[in-house]
Amino acid sequence: MATAAIELKNITKTFGSIVANRDVNLSVNRGEILSILGENGSGKTTLMNMISGIYFPDSGQIFIDGKEVVIRSPKDAFDHKIGMIHQHFKLVDVFSATENIILGLKGKDKYNIKESAKKVEEISHKYGFDIDPNKMIHEMSVSEKQTVEIIKVLYRGADILILDEPTAVLTPQETEKLFKVLRRMRDDGKSIIIITHKLHEVLSLSDRVSVLRKGEYIGTVETANTSESELTEMMVGKKISLNIYRSEPKDCEDRLTVENINCVSREGVKLLNSVSFTAKSGEILGIAGIAGSGQRELLEAIAGLQHIDSGEIIYNNPKTGTQDNLRDKTPIQIRDLGVRLSFVPEDRLGMGLVGNMGITDNMMLRSYRKGKSVFLERKAPHDLAEKIISDLEVVTPGTETPVRRLSGGNVQKVLVGREIAAAPTVLMAAYPVRGLDINSSYLIYNLLNEQKERGVAVIFVGEDLDVLLELCDRILVIGSGSVTGIVDARTTTKEEIGLLMTKGKGEEK
Amino acid sequence: MLAFLVSAIRLGMVFLFGSTGEILTEKSGHLNLGTPGVMCVGASCGCFAEYLYLKSVGPFASPVLAILVAVVATFAGAALMGLLFSFLTVTLRANQNVTGLALTTLGIGISDYMIAKAGTSFGRASKYFTASLPFADDLGWFGELFFSHGVMIYLAIIVALVCSFVLSKTRVGLNLRSVGENPATADAAGINVSRYRYVATCIGSGISGLGGLTFIMDYLNGNWEYCIDAFGWLSIALVIFTVWKPNLAILGSIIFGALYIASSYITGVSFAGKELFKMLPYIVTIIVLIITSMRNKKKNQPPESLGLPYFREER
Repeated sequence: MATAAIELKNITKTFGSIVANRDVNLSVNRGEILSILGENGSGKTTLMNMISGIYFPDSGQIFIDGKEVVIRSPKDAFDHKIGMIHQHFKLVDVFSATENIILGLKGKDKYNIKESAKKVEEISHKYGFDIDPNKMIHEMSVSEKQTVEIIKVLYRGADILILDEPTAVLTPQETEKLFKVLRRMRDDGKSIIIITHKLHEVLSLSDRVSVLRKGEYIGTVETANTSESELTEMMVGKKISLNIYRSEPKDCEDRLTVENINCVSREGVKLLNSVSFTAKSGEILGIAGIAGSGQRELLEAIAGLQHIDSGEIIYNNPKTGTQDNLRDKTPIQIRDLGVRLSFVPEDRLGMGLVGNMGITDNMMLRSYRKGKSVFLERKAPHDLAEKIISDLEVVTPGTETPVRRLSGGNVQKVLVGREIAAAPTVLMAAYPVRGLDINSSYLIYNLLNEQKERGVAVIFVGEDLDVLLELCDRILVIGSGSVTGIVDARTTTKEEIGLLMTKGKGEEK
Repeated sequence: MLAFLVSAIRLGMVFLFGSTGEILTEKSGHLNLGTPGVMCVGASCGCFAEYLYLKSVGPFASPVLAILVAVVATFAGAALMGLLFSFLTVTLRANQNVTGLALTTLGIGISDYMIAKAGTSFGRASKYFTASLPFADDLGWFGELFFSHGVMIYLAIIVALVCSFVLSKTRVGLNLRSVGENPATADAAGINVSRYRYVATCIGSGISGLGGLTFIMDYLNGNWEYCIDAFGWLSIALVIFTVWKPNLAILGSIIFGALYIASSYITGVSFAGKELFKMLPYIVTIIVLIITSMRNKKKNQPPESLGLPYFREER
């Protein structure tokens, strides 16, 4: 076998106590497309960031054309003819395509926009891109911006191209166009690494596939000799038993019925595509999906925080027996009905708590309207804070310590505790155990179970399939903003969910 | 009318220095609210150096050297303030707004101290600065308007034009603008964000400082009458007024100068009315802000990451 264009040996990278990559090995040849497949958090992007010089590996070696190299900065990466196309485009909005492309180039030649624009056109012609070199970035569509990114690295003479989830933001037609260009580059002798979690893309585009799972390197297979189910198994792994307590749901009645809701982002991308499901009282409905498939938007739509373009959200009020359409209600009205969103977003403090305030003050954020006089009533929230600290075993010096100083698990407990204290009828929790240690995670699971037994309809967005399988009663799988399936958590398998997760929009089984 | 225009130009160039420097700084993503302090320090450093120079050479001062000494000292003093700002905000990651305001206070204090040492009268030095081209008098109103000014006036315009050229027509300018717009992108493109921010802020501050010197030596004819921080604030306002373009700032600064002195040239205005007139530049700035944000044209917006810090390995 010829020397690989780029080869990684035993690459390891940690962030604090979190291991993002452990002993990863992979190689790409000239004129080859390699897919790197893995769930979110499996360390794909971190790995590629090390090749492109954003991060530096803790240990391990990188070889280019058989020679060991050290890549300490993006500039080093350019020098080794490595170009990365990031998921979030790194473009300056108020610059033209050409200006962005030549940005940062050390010019021995004269600075000449016209000449550069001509060269940009040559490159786009060669590989079949379609781009106006003088168009401003802020006037471009997402697909055009991506094209600029790709030309940017080609302009610098990159031979090794890394694309981080390039199709996540593209329509199927644009994706097809991109693939055509990528194949043409491969035939031109370039090495292409594409990061993705969409199985059908892997199968249709790449020559070989390397799989990562939770930072570990699982293996590499020839695309021609593999199948969807083999790849899924490599990606999600074997089922691990966690022994999470799960009671049988009882007295289930429909609590929340979501009918065909659609949401479109400001850029015109469909966030939610005809999503329908029913959440029942006394059960935990899990939501599984690759991060960013629309989970956040779905919960926000129910909570009244996300504009819904069409569809209905019907709430069966257990107190009055009436049906309310949440779509016409303000977030506060929705909250008062008992629909509670204990949102634990990427940034825990971002949406739920104010970091510089103590627990008492954070309790008041949700109850300040209850006060009767103009002055704050601190007694009730203080008692609640004390109760949460003792019930949920929050480790804190006191109720007035800024929550910013608490550990992640304790912050989460405060957040969930506050929402539960309001005696909700629907409790939505997104990633409530992200970043928590095992004990804290089980405490949160128990809290959710307790709510379920009280007849609350619990909606749990999780990322660990093992947890979803053991905690939930039913699991709704969401892929690219569409519901790809609703399965019984007691009978389904990890592979089935894994397959459903990787199904994109418009693909029917 | 002619006197009014000439006066407007002379005062305007104070703003022009101030805002050209600030534009350069802001293009790198630094909102330096310390500009009033920077201008004070610049002016007082220039005056102090001039005072020392004239004292040491006695009556045999060379006009060229006299100007050079003051300009270099001003630039250096003000650039040092810029260095302090960059050190605090880039290296120590302090908040830019707080740092800027602190530098303003500090700068006023420093300049008060230095002026207390050097005295407030620089009439002799001012003569070198206000010396006009010899043929200005022969050209009537045309000469009066265009050639009667001191050296700093022309320097201001040259500096603004050079900055405009560098920003829009060179690789360095492209890189600098990208740092202010989107430092992560610039970093990924291999541009040293910290270095660009440091250098742009130091040079920018140096240029701003020259505005202070111009005000004392040219506009006030060498009499340090009152502190000049008000002109720093106006310079920052002028940056917005000219939508971050140094070439537009040339025109804008003259308009600001005219608005600022208008009250003195209009008869029959009460004292309170005059103070109202002095508000005009600020009011115009607010109007420009309203118009540019309403039209929401990407081209006329402030640098996108203005005032924001940048650290690379954040996750």
